[in-house]
Amino acid sequence: MTTAVGADTARKPVTMAQALGRALRDAMAADPSVHVLGEDVGTLGGVFRITDGLAEEFGEDRCTDTPLAEAGILGTAVGMAMYGLRPVVEMQFDAFAYPSFEQLISHVSRMRNRTRGAMPMPITVRVPYGGGIGGVEHHSDSSEIYYMATPGLQVVAPATVADAYGLLRAAIASDDPVIFLEPKRLYWSKADWSADAPEQVPPIGRAVVRRPGSGGRRGATLISYGPSVPVCLEAAEAARAEGWDLEVVDLRSLVPFDDETVCASVRRTGRAVVVHESTGFGGPGGEIAARVTERCFHHLEAPVLRVAGFDIPYPPPMLERHHLPGVDRVLDAVARLQWESEWTEGSAV
Amino acid sequence: MTVLEQPGAYRPTPPPGWQPRADAAPLLPDPEPYRLLGTAAAADISPDLLTRLHRELVRGRRYNTQATALTRQGRLAVYPSSTGQEACQVAAGLVLEDRDWLFPSYRDTLAAVVRGLDPVDALTLLRGDWHSGYDPHAHRVAPLCTPLATQLPHAVGLAHAARLKGDDVVALALVGDGGTSEGDFHEALNFAAVWHAPVVFLVQNNGFAISVPLAKQTAAPSLAHKAVGYGMPGRLVDGNDAAAVHEVLAEAVRRARGGGGPTLVEAVTYRIEAHTNADDATRYRPDSEVEAWRAHDPIALLEEAMRDRHLLDDEGVRAARESAERFAADLRTRMHQDPALDPMALFEHVYADRTSQLREQAAQLRAELDAEAADAGKGE
Repeated sequence: MTTAVGADTARKPVTMAQALGRALRDAMAADPSVHVLGEDVGTLGGVFRITDGLAEEFGEDRCTDTPLAEAGILGTAVGMAMYGLRPVVEMQFDAFAYPSFEQLISHVSRMRNRTRGAMPMPITVRVPYGGGIGGVEHHSDSSEIYYMATPGLQVVAPATVADAYGLLRAAIASDDPVIFLEPKRLYWSKADWSADAPEQVPPIGRAVVRRPGSGGRRGATLISYGPSVPVCLEAAEAARAEGWDLEVVDLRSLVPFDDETVCASVRRTGRAVVVHESTGFGGPGGEIAARVTERCFHHLEAPVLRVAGFDIPYPPPMLERHHLPGVDRVLDAVARLQWESEWTEGSAV
Repeated sequence: MTVLEQPGAYRPTPPPGWQPRADAAPLLPDPEPYRLLGTAAAADISPDLLTRLHRELVRGRRYNTQATALTRQGRLAVYPSSTGQEACQVAAGLVLEDRDWLFPSYRDTLAAVVRGLDPVDALTLLRGDWHSGYDPHAHRVAPLCTPLATQLPHAVGLAHAARLKGDDVVALALVGDGGTSEGDFHEALNFAAVWHAPVVFLVQNNGFAISVPLAKQTAAPSLAHKAVGYGMPGRLVDGNDAAAVHEVLAEAVRRARGGGGPTLVEAVTYRIEAHTNADDATRYRPDSEVEAWRAHDPIALLEEAMRDRHLLDDEGVRAARESAERFAADLRTRMHQDPALDPMALFEHVYADRTSQLREQAAQLRAELDAEAADAGKGE
C-alpha cells in the first residue's frame, strides 16, 4: 500500500459499485479514446448504476445507450477498436452476454493473433456475474469457465473495493481484451477507500495472499476469487476455533493464471481447497487443482479438494442458498484434508 | 382501407405517444434490378471508368480461374470462387477512397486485390499458412471474415468511430444472400441505422448458400426490401452490370460520406462455380440454369456496351487478356513457392505479452523443433 501520509483522513466507506463507477470516470477523463457502451448505461446509469453520471459528464457519444442486442454491442465495439478506440462494454447480466459469444470467441479473442499483432482488441467487457442477490433465472450465472477456455482473453474478478478500482483501470488500459467479472453480491460491500489515494493494485495476472497463514502443521490454503473470497475469509476465521490455520489466496485474475503465488502458498501449507460458485464439473477448480498438483505434488499432504456449485442449472432464488458454497461447506472440505489425527504411520511431515 | 376511408368513420385518437416515423416510400428499392449497360444512360458513363472496369473484370476472371487451378495443384487448401460475380467484386474494390474501409468475406479476395492488396497476401488464409496475410491498416481492408455476417457489425463500429472522431471515412461491408439470415446481419443494419453510421452494405445475392437456394433462405420481396424495416434505403441492382453496381455503390458511398446514413444494396448475380472446389453443384442445380447465367456474363455485357461506343475493339480485348495472363503467371510463380512457416509464431500474438503458461509451452515446442532438427541432421 502506498497511501500517502495523511491521506487516510480522506478515506471513507465506499461501495464496490462506487469504486467501479469511479474507475470508469477516471479512465474516460484520462483517455478520450475510452468509450462506454451497453444497454441502459446512458440516461439510466446502468441497472446497477455503475455508469451513473458518465453520459452527463462525457456526453452520449462517450457513454452510449445501444440497441438491445449483445452481439451487436460487442461486434460494433470490435469495429471501434479497429479504428483506435478503447471500448468498455457493459453486459447487463452474466447470462445476457451469451448472444455476444460468437463475436467474443471468433473475433475479439483472435483478432490480434489473426493479424499478427497488427490489430489488437483493447476491449473491456464488464459482466455483472454470480449469484446471491435473489435473481430470477438468467441473472445469477457463473460463466467464467466459458471465457477461461478461450485463448486470447484475459479474465479478471475483483473481490475488494480497492481491487475493483485498480483492476478495472488496468483492464481498460490493457491492449488485450479483458472479461471483467463483477461479483454482483459484492456491489454493495464497503471498505474505507479513497479515490484520491487509490491503493496500488498490481497488474492483471497477479494473485494476492488475502489472509496469511502462519505456516504451521495445521495449515491449508483456500484458493478463491470474486464473490467466494469473503466466504473463504469468514471460513478461515471460523477455522481458528477448530485449530486450523488457513491461508486465503485471492486469484484476482483467472487468465493469466498466477501459478507462482498459488504454488508458493500451497508449498508452505501442504494442503489446498479451491472454492468457487461455478459448477464443479469442468469448472475452474479442476484446472486449478490440476495445476497445483502438477507443480506441488511432493509438498501435498492431501488431494486438492474443490468446493463448488453443484452441477445443476443455477437454482431459483428461493433455493440458491443450498447451491452456493458457504462457510460450512468450506470447513467440511478443510476437515477432509487428511489431518494427522486421521493419518496412519509413515505420513510425511 | 384506412380508418379515414371507412364509411361513417370517426377519427379515433391514436395510442398515446404514437407518432408517424420515417416515410417508408423513399426507402423502397426499385421493382426490378437497376441496369445501366444496354440502356440509353450508358452513353454518359465515363470512358475511363469503363476501361478501368473492363481491365479489372478480365483480370478478375483470370484471377478466379488461376486460384481455382491452384487448389487442384495443392497450393491452396480451398478456394471459394467469385467467378460470375466479378462485377460486384470489381465495383466494390474501385468505389472507395483510400481512407475508406472494405470488410470482405472469404469469397471477396478479388475485391481486396482490386483495392490494391497483393493477391498472395489476400490468399494467405486460403493457402493456410496463417489466418490472414496482411496488415489491415495498410490498405484499409479488414481481415477476410469466415463466420457469416459477423464482419458487418465491425464495419458499423468502425464507421461510427470514424464519425465520432470527425473523419469522413466510409465502410463498405460485403455479405452474401445466405448471410442475410444471420442475426448479425440484423443487428448490424439496426445499429447502423440508429447510429446513422456512414456504412454501405453490399449483399451479393449469388443465388445459393452452398446448396440452399434463396427461396429457402427468405420470404422477403427482395433482400433490398429488408432495408426498409431498419429505416434505411434499399437499392436493387443487376449484379452483373459492372457500371450499374459501381454507380449504385458510389451513390451510397457519397450519401454515407455526406452524413446521409447507411444504405443496403442487393446485387443480383450468380455463383457460376460450386461453393468451393470441395463442393459438387450438380447435386442441387441444373446445368441449364448455369448456362442461362453464362449468357448474362458481366464481361460480355460490358464489352458489348463498350464496343457500341467504340471504346473497345479486338485489340483492346487482347491487350486486357494479355495483361491478365501476366498477372496470373506472376501469381502462379509466387504461389508455387513454399511459404515460410515459423511454428514459434503460434505463441507470438495470442496476447501483447506472453503469459507464463505460453512461455512454458513455447519452450516445449522449441525443444521439440530442436530435437527434430537434430534428428534430421543425423540423417544427412
